[in-house]
Amino acid sequence: MRFRELVLSCLSWLACLTVTLGVGSLIAFLVVRGYSAIDARLFFGTTPAWDAILAIKPVWNGIWPAMAGTLSLLALTMLFVIVPGVSSGVYLACFASHREREYIGECVDVLAGIPSIVMGLFGLELIIVLRRTLFPTGTTCLLLAAFCLAILVLPTLITATRSSIEALPHHLTVTANALGMSKTQTVRHLLIPAAGSGILGGVILSMGRAMEDTAVIMLTGAVANAGLPAGLGAKFEALPFKIYYTAAQYTSQDELTRGFGTALLLLIMSWTVILTAKIFQKRMARRWQGGM
Amino acid sequence: MTRQKSHVVDERTRANSSFLIPNSSFLLRATALSVSAILGTVIAFIVISGVDALIKGRGLSLFGAVWNSNAGHFGILTMIQASILLAISSLCVGWCLSLGCCCVMNGLAPSFVANFLNLILTLMTAIPTVVYGFAAVFLLVPIVREALGGTGFCWLTASMILALQGVPTMTFIMDGAVRTITAETELTASALGMTRAQHLSRIVLPIARKSLISAAILGLGRAVGDALIPTMLAGNAIRFVKTPLDSMRTLTAHISLVLSSDIGGGEHLSLLLAGALLLTFCAVVSLISRRMMRRSN
Repeated sequence: MRFRELVLSCLSWLACLTVTLGVGSLIAFLVVRGYSAIDARLFFGTTPAWDAILAIKPVWNGIWPAMAGTLSLLALTMLFVIVPGVSSGVYLACFASHREREYIGECVDVLAGIPSIVMGLFGLELIIVLRRTLFPTGTTCLLLAAFCLAILVLPTLITATRSSIEALPHHLTVTANALGMSKTQTVRHLLIPAAGSGILGGVILSMGRAMEDTAVIMLTGAVANAGLPAGLGAKFEALPFKIYYTAAQYTSQDELTRGFGTALLLLIMSWTVILTAKIFQKRMARRWQGGM
Repeated sequence: MTRQKSHVVDERTRANSSFLIPNSSFLLRATALSVSAILGTVIAFIVISGVDALIKGRGLSLFGAVWNSNAGHFGILTMIQASILLAISSLCVGWCLSLGCCCVMNGLAPSFVANFLNLILTLMTAIPTVVYGFAAVFLLVPIVREALGGTGFCWLTASMILALQGVPTMTFIMDGAVRTITAETELTASALGMTRAQHLSRIVLPIARKSLISAAILGLGRAVGDALIPTMLAGNAIRFVKTPLDSMRTLTAHISLVLSSDIGGGEHLSLLLAGALLLTFCAVVSLISRRMMRRSN
């Protein structure tokens, strides 16, 4: 009789301790080893900062090229994903019939469940097929990586947009109807602005997901040494790939320390982005909680 | 009463707007439907390549147990075994941890502990997988090597980190269901004089069974699909695993490691087959967990 409660309590406390200690020690270890490495030298190596940023001189011992690669990859991914993602979410929340909602919702869920390494493999196969047919000179590159990443984070954005519109109180729609607004007017002038903060949160969240993903880019064009990204059709460096590469192939203590710095930097960036997204989503939820 | 009323209004709005939809939201509809087209393309691409690989690779015994590129054997059976073992072992640990965390967050512990754990789990959702892998390579791997021998890059290390990495997702899914049910039954339970632990273990968790299972299924999909942790921590040797200290190569790790340039060769075909297997498995898993979630609501 008492046994079940005892087991559950023990399990809970044990789980709480294990998770906290496990993650705590990993993060503490990373901070201790990586904290001292984060400075201007980590970014630019021995090259003067402005020369590196303006691409006058190449950076050899720094992560500036990887940083620039990640930023351009993110910009490109967002360019691909924002319009389809947000508009599909809006459509699902406001216009779709019951059957469409079921069907497209199912597609979004399945797409969200596809492992990122399989998405990378898709990119690789895509470029092999393109080489055989349309672009004989094509190769894995920034554009391809951004395209595959965009497909990968599309479900995140759709779900976030859809749920922030669906979370709006129903009386908004009713009021709009009473005022004689058409459905399109309601959505455009009332629902989307009202859910704006939540949608923005979704966009930032999908950016975070795109930033941290490694499996896609390592099959679609990320390399260890490429310098600054040279164009859409060129190979590129990226922070997560740099970390992965360092863990396996580091040759000197200096390089390892840089790896720790890079990992800590990526962690901080990822935390900043995703917590910002959470704040935006929370703010919207709070605003509409009481239903005015 | 109110629910009924809003339903009526909802029907009316829909009827009112139905003739406006075709012209005003045509573009939106097209983009939304294109999502299914994208999904279809990805699935078709991967599955067709996989089947094609099976046909082309008839002589290469792709489903065999032997990997010997010189003799022309490219069997991925060992990797299938590794994937299954790693996913199940990490899921068992991770699911128990998630259940515990979920109970802590729902009243089994003082509220400051619950809030603290909530913060930790929220932060965990934002830790990139590669960072887990990197920290574990230099922290956990030496510990395992010192304590248990071997190289440290093994099934045990990978499944520990994979379990930890899967905890926040599963906990938040469980928490969603458990929180609702707790709120609904709280008054009755305390009127009957139940303690919080009794309430959770006798009433809430049995009712929430479906959600707990669908969290496990979703977690299984994630665990099978993760590529970075097995690649960085599991050692990547191609052989059957017997003990937790053996090095293993999962399907995902296989895809991320083999960057062969010989397109159409045996290694490349084995990649395609691995990809098709993973995709099929994960798609089925998502569909099952979706069905279960819907039924539990």
